[in-house]
Amino acid sequence: MLILLILFKNMIIKVLGSGCANCKKVKAMVTEAVQELGIEATMVEVTKTEDIMGYGIMRTPGVVIDEKVVHAGGVPSKQQMLKMIQDAARV
Amino acid sequence: MNDKLTLVETEPKNWQVWLPVLVAAVVWWLAYQTIQPLANWLAYSLLGLSPETHLGQAVAFFLYDVPKILLLLSGMIFLVSTIRTFFSPERTRALLGGKRQGIGNVLAALLGVVTPFCSCSAVPLFIGFVESGIPLGVTFSFLIAAPMINEVALVMLFGLFGWKVAGLYLVTGLAIAIIAGIAIGLVPHVEDGVEDFVWKMVVGKNNLDTTELTWADRFAQARQNTQEILVKVWLYVIIGIAVGAGIHGYVPEDALASIMGKNAWWSVPAAVILGVPMYSNAAGIIPIVHALMEKGAALGTVLAFMMSVIALSLPEMIILRRVLKPRLIATFVGIVATGIIFMGYLFNLVI
Repeated sequence: MLILLILFKNMIIKVLGSGCANCKKVKAMVTEAVQELGIEATMVEVTKTEDIMGYGIMRTPGVVIDEKVVHAGGVPSKQQMLKMIQDAARV
Repeated sequence: MNDKLTLVETEPKNWQVWLPVLVAAVVWWLAYQTIQPLANWLAYSLLGLSPETHLGQAVAFFLYDVPKILLLLSGMIFLVSTIRTFFSPERTRALLGGKRQGIGNVLAALLGVVTPFCSCSAVPLFIGFVESGIPLGVTFSFLIAAPMINEVALVMLFGLFGWKVAGLYLVTGLAIAIIAGIAIGLVPHVEDGVEDFVWKMVVGKNNLDTTELTWADRFAQARQNTQEILVKVWLYVIIGIAVGAGIHGYVPEDALASIMGKNAWWSVPAAVILGVPMYSNAAGIIPIVHALMEKGAALGTVLAFMMSVIALSLPEMIILRRVLKPRLIATFVGIVATGIIFMGYLFNLVI
C-alpha cells in the first residue's frame, strides 16, 4: 500500500499570479523544468487575488509546491527553479 | 539523473565574487571616459559632418548621449539593485508595523525608494500592508513613492540635467508621497473606499526561506535585474534621445518659452493633465523633456509633466481598481495631482 502511494505520488505545482508577463515566464519555466527532470507533476494556475493572498505572499509570481511556498517575486534562474522542484521531490 | 542536473555547489571564494565586479567597474570607467572623444570623432571625422551645422550637432549629441545614458543606467541600476537585495516587501511591512500616521508616512516613502517593487505586485502588496494593520495613508505613501522615485528616472535626470535636478526630483518626490499619504489618511471614512473583500480576506502564512543571502547571490540578482531593465528600456532611450537630438538641432531657442515658460500660468496644470493618460517610462520621457527645457520650457512645468506621467499612470490605476473603489481612486489622483501642480509652481517661482 505504501509503495503504491509513493509510486503514484503526484507533485502539484501552483503558479500564483494574475497574468503578468513574469507570471507567464515562470509558468513556462515550470513546465520546462518538470519535463527536464522527468517528474510526474500537475501544474495549476492560481490567478484569483483571494487565493493568492491565502499563501501570504506580497509579490507575484509565486510558486507553491504541494502547498508549500517556495518562491515569491520575480523570475528565478533556471538553476533555482530546478533546485526548488528537486528539493520538493526528495521529501 | 544525469550529471548536469546535480546541483551541489561549492561556495565561491571571496575573490571569485568580488573580482568580476571590480574588473567590470574599471572597464565601465574606461568606457565612460572614451565616449565623448569617440562621439566627436565619429560625427566630425568619420562621417565628415561639420560642428557648425544643425545636422552635425544633432548627430554628435546623439552619439554621445546614447552610450552615456546606457552606461550610467547599467552601472547605477547594478548598484541600486545590489542595495535592494537587503530589502523586501516583507521586511518593509515589518518595519512599518505599528507606526502611526506622520512618522509612518516618512518611513514608508523612504522605504518605497529602496524596496524592490513592480506595479504588477501592487495588489498583493496593498492587501498585505493593509491586512497587517498599516494605516491606509502610510500604505499610500509607499505606493506613491515606489514607482515615482525609481532608479531609471534618477539616473536619467542625473545624466542629462546633473545632480542638482536629480536631487530636487528625489526630495520633492518624497515630499509629495509623504504629504499626499498624510492627506489621504485624513479623509473621513477613507477605509470605506477600499473594496469590501479586502477587509474580509484571510491572509495566509508561509515559511518562505528567509536565509541571509551571500554576496555572490546579491551580485547575481543585481546582474539579472540590471539585464532585465536594460532590455526593457534601451529602445526607449534611443528613440527618446533621437527625438531630443532632433529638437536640439532644429527647433529654435525659446520656441517654447511662450507656451511652456514660467509666465504661462496654465502650463503647469496643463502639463499634469496631459501626463495622466500618457504611459511611458522615465527612459523615454526624460530625453524629450531635456530637449524641451533647452528651448525655453520651465523646469517646474517639465518636472510636473514627468511626475504626472510616471506617478499617475492609467495602467496602475486599473490595477489598483481591483482593491479600491472608484471614489478612493479619484481621491488618490486628485491629491497627488494637486501635490505635483503645487510643486511645479514652486519650482517655477523659485528657480
